[in-house]
Amino acid sequence: MFIKQISIFIENKAGRLAEITAMLAAEGIDIRALSISDTTDFGILRLIVNDPPKAEKLLRDKGLTFSITNVIAVGLPDRPGGLAEVMQALAGSGISVEYMYAFLTPQQRRRACIIMRVEDTEKTLQVLQQARVETLREEEVYSL
Amino acid sequence: MSNKIWNPERECMRRADLEALQLAELKDLVDYCDRNVPFYHKRLQEAGVTADKIKCLSDIQYIPYTTKQDLRDNYPFGLFSVPKKDLVRIHASSGTTGNPTVVGYTREDLDNWSEQVARIVTAAGATDETVVQICFGYGMFTGALGLHYGLERIGATVVPTSSGNTEKQLKFMRDFETDAVVATPSYCLYLAEAAHELADKFPMEQYKLSLGLLGSEGCTPEMRTQIEERWGNGFFVTDNYGMSELNGPGMSGECRCRNGMHICEDHFLCEIIDAASGQVLDKGATGELVVTNLTKRAIPMLRYRTKDITNINYEPCACGRTTARMHKIIGRSDDMLKIRGVNVFPSQVESALIGIDQISPHYQLVVRREGFADTLEVRVEMIDGSLLEKYGELEALQRRIHHAIKTILGIEIKVSLVEPKTIERFTGKAKRVIDLRNQ
Ligand SMILES: [Zn+2]
Repeated sequence: MFIKQISIFIENKAGRLAEITAMLAAEGIDIRALSISDTTDFGILRLIVNDPPKAEKLLRDKGLTFSITNVIAVGLPDRPGGLAEVMQALAGSGISVEYMYAFLTPQQRRRACIIMRVEDTEKTLQVLQQARVETLREEEVYSL
Repeated sequence: MSNKIWNPERECMRRADLEALQLAELKDLVDYCDRNVPFYHKRLQEAGVTADKIKCLSDIQYIPYTTKQDLRDNYPFGLFSVPKKDLVRIHASSGTTGNPTVVGYTREDLDNWSEQVARIVTAAGATDETVVQICFGYGMFTGALGLHYGLERIGATVVPTSSGNTEKQLKFMRDFETDAVVATPSYCLYLAEAAHELADKFPMEQYKLSLGLLGSEGCTPEMRTQIEERWGNGFFVTDNYGMSELNGPGMSGECRCRNGMHICEDHFLCEIIDAASGQVLDKGATGELVVTNLTKRAIPMLRYRTKDITNINYEPCACGRTTARMHKIIGRSDDMLKIRGVNVFPSQVESALIGIDQISPHYQLVVRREGFADTLEVRVEMIDGSLLEKYGELEALQRRIHHAIKTILGIEIKVSLVEPKTIERFTGKAKRVIDLRNQ
C-alpha cells in the first residue's frame, strides 16, 4: 500500500532540474508525479517514478544525495469537500501530514491523486481505510 | 609518566637571564654570518647591521628576513658557512616546486639538535626506560633521524622501524612492549585501526603503548582525541614542531600540560610578524612565526620566515619550565585571507567542519566584493539523504555549520549546501579558496 518516493537534493541553479529529468529520461524512467520545495540556494525534488529500483541505481551511480521513503497515494473522492474529509479523518486521529502534493490521473477514470508523507504510515493507512478513503496500490501508481 | 625536565638550567631560566643569553648568542651569530656567509654579509651590509650595533634583542628588527626562496636560489650550498669537509650530515626537503631545500650540520649542530630533541621528548614524558618505535620514513627527511638522535640522547631504546609494513610494526609493538611511537597523526590512527582489526588474534591488552610523539603534519584536537580513544589505555598524544631549515623537529614541543609547545629559547629566538607588511607584532599577537636559529652554524638562519601562523605565550608553565610556549600552528601565511580586516585561514574552517557528518570533507571558500564589503561564502557538499524528509532539517544543518564557522572566524559568512562532487577535487595541494575580489 506504500508508494516509493525519491527525494533528491538539488542546488537551485539554472538548468539543474532539466539535467536531472533528462538523466532519468535517458534511462527510460518515467516521472509519475513531481514536487519541488526550495529556497534561494537549494531545493528538494520529490519524485514518483515508474521504476524506483532502476532510478535508485542511477542516482547512486551518479553520486547524488537522495533518499527513498514510503508515502501514501490517496485517490480523492470526486465530490466537493472530498479532500476536507480526508484531512479531518487524519486530524481526528492525531496524524499530521508533513507534506503532500497532487496530480491528476491520465486515464478514463480521471481523478485527483494526492501523495502524502506522514510520520506513521501504517496507522495512517488504517485510518484511511476506516474512513473508506481509496488508497492507490504501488503497481497502480507506477503504471499510470 | 615522567615529569622530568631534561635541562633545568636552560629550560627554567629567569627571563632576564635568558634574554641576556639570547642577546650574546645573537651578536655572535650575526658576527659569524657576516664573516662566513657571503650571502649574509651582503644582506647585512645593505641593511647597515653589524654585530656591535646590536644593543638589545629588539635590534634584531634591523636584520633582513631570510626566506625559503633564498635557500632555493642558493641551491645547494650557497648559504653554508663551512666547507663540505666540516659537514657531518646533509638533509633535504622534497621540494614539490623548483629546487629542494638543502640543509647541513656540523658535529656541533648535530649535538645541539639532539639536545633540543632530548628536551622535547622528555617534556612529552619519555625517559631512559622508554622503548620507542620510530615510524617516520628515514632518508633525506629530518623527522626520523632528528627524533632518533634525541631519543638516544636521553637513553631511550630506539627501534627504527621506519614507515610502512603495518603488521610488522604492530608485532614489534607487542613483542618489544613498545611504550612510545613517533609517527604522523594519520599513521598513528591507522596503526590503531589495524591493531583493532587484528584484535581477535592479538588482543589490544598486548600493546603497552602510552605515548605518541606525533608530528610532521597538523593534528586537530578532534583527531588527537580520536587517536587516544582508539589506542585507549591512557595513550597520550603530544605535538612537536620544527622544520629542516631550523634543524628539524625539536624547536618546540608540548609538555604534559599540553598548553602550547615549549620553545628551546636559548637556541631559537622567535618573533611574530604581520605576514603581509612584515611588521613585528607585539608579544602575544597572532601572526607569522619568524625564527633565528642562534646556535646553528653549518647553514645559519637569520630571521627565517616559517610561513606558519601562531602566537607565543611567555607566561611560565605549570610544568616548571619558563620557556615560552607557541600555540599549535593555526595556518599558513600563504593561505591567509584578509576579509573585512580579519585574518581567515582555510584550516580554521576545516576544523569547524570536523564532526559534522552530514557533509563531505570537501569545502571551498569563495570571497567576493559586494559594494565596499567583502563577503565570504563557504560551500560544503551535503551527502546525507536522510535529511531530505524534512526541509527544516536541511536548514538546521545550514544553521549549525554557519554557527560553527562564525564562532571560529568571528565574521559573518554565508553557508551554501551544494550537491556531492560539485566542489573540484585537486590532486596534491587542494585549492580551497576562490578569491573573486580583484575581478
Ligand atoms: Zn609546560
